Amino acid sequence: MTPLLQVKNVAKMYGARIGCTEVNFDLYPGEVMGIVGESGSGKSTLLNSLAGHLTPDRGEVIFDTRADGPVDTVTMSEPQRRMLSRTDWAFVHQHARDGLRMSVSAGGNIGERLMAVGDRHYGSIRERAADWLGRVEIADSRIDDRPSAFSGGMQQRLQIARNLVTGPRLVFMDEPTGGLDVSVQARLLDLLRGLVREMGLSAIIVTHDLAVVRLLADRLMVMKDGHVVESGLTDQVLDDPQHGYTQLLVSSVLQV
Amino acid sequence: MIELNNVSKSFTLHNQGSAVIPVMEGASLSVKPSECVGLIGASGAGKSTLMRVIYGNYLAASGSVMVGGTDVATAEPREILELRRHTLGYVSQFLRVVPRVATLDVVAEPLLAVGTPVNAARDKAASLLAQLNIPERLWSLSPTTFSGGEQQRVNIARGFAHDYPALLLDEPTASLDAQNRATVLELIAGAKARGAAIVGIFHDETAREQVCDRFINVSAFSPRSAA
Repeated sequence: MTPLLQVKNVAKMYGARIGCTEVNFDLYPGEVMGIVGESGSGKSTLLNSLAGHLTPDRGEVIFDTRADGPVDTVTMSEPQRRMLSRTDWAFVHQHARDGLRMSVSAGGNIGERLMAVGDRHYGSIRERAADWLGRVEIADSRIDDRPSAFSGGMQQRLQIARNLVTGPRLVFMDEPTGGLDVSVQARLLDLLRGLVREMGLSAIIVTHDLAVVRLLADRLMVMKDGHVVESGLTDQVLDDPQHGYTQLLVSSVLQV
Repeated sequence: MIELNNVSKSFTLHNQGSAVIPVMEGASLSVKPSECVGLIGASGAGKSTLMRVIYGNYLAASGSVMVGGTDVATAEPREILELRRHTLGYVSQFLRVVPRVATLDVVAEPLLAVGTPVNAARDKAASLLAQLNIPERLWSLSPTTFSGGEQQRVNIARGFAHDYPALLLDEPTASLDAQNRATVLELIAGAKARGAAIVGIFHDETAREQVCDRFINVSAFSPRSAA
């Protein structure tokens, strides 16, 4: 089986400071990988470098495209990369406001992505928007409301609907449950797990919440100061951490 | 089916003066299909550790842990996940679930993961829950609010939903009443009859005698320096 994403020796520097460096991994179709680490460890830098929001200074990010097979997304042309980010990729931001158009209706937010890949029939766009609102548990009647009138949890779910409507194969998520209260968080986790299973999605999830990765991620990568210090099966890394930093991280979680 | 060869395990505590605690040395065992092996030994002797090494959530320091042709000690994460989906089941002492998911779906999940159609998976889950005396009115609720014994039975139902060729059972009969214990022992006997290789920890002696074909005392695997 060809990996969906191959990351080879990726590094991103901020001047002389290290953003992230020497990152290597393969992600296979249907796999969910978590990236954990304290703030400033380079998690988001890495995610943004992989998703094409930042240009890595070194290394290759090879994505298995539907048309041409494995292609390095770092060196591909801008239009190609943008097409990829509309069709095969999705990016769920920590703050829903960064991923939504706040002055456009909920239906419009979902429809925009469909129109970006060539959908033009108003009726079918609206129908699919309504279908996706239902899947993320937002009432149909809210389709014409603006996201600014939604609660934080609803905005986050709308952002997920907007991202998944075009059937992407790889989803990047930056703290998808950050800032949500626990009941909303549980609901979102359940939703994400179901979607991952039904659609066979691969996902890379950046978070600092170990409970979230235990439930969502198959694999885990632990970062510290821009370096990957440990990686492996999620429950193995959490139950039997090998690196001193991971041990500290795991033992620092408060028990409820 | 399950074959351990000279497995050792130690924990290194980097944040406590890099103390190295050896917990297991020279562990070897072999379990054939249709065989149930009971692990015995005092509390703290390493029964659960051995089980976790087989399941792959503890990393073996050396030796090989073969389960149905995959060496868990060296396999890639995705190979272990594949193994767990199709071949190796584990009933732990604690139920760990996503909050808010209905009990019926919790039990059906392992079946859905191997591609069973939703209706068939739900039917199987329902029959297991009924067999384990979980009242039907609870099926649509999340098991997080259930009593200890009920959670344990949900966990067992989940573990037996898919017919794994290899099963690890960590005290499946603890905290169950006589009737439910009998049901669980029946399930274990059924799994043996269809050819599953089982490794189990049973504190309850009658249960142990009833299902296990032979016993392995894990204190034999304790490192000599620690003993």
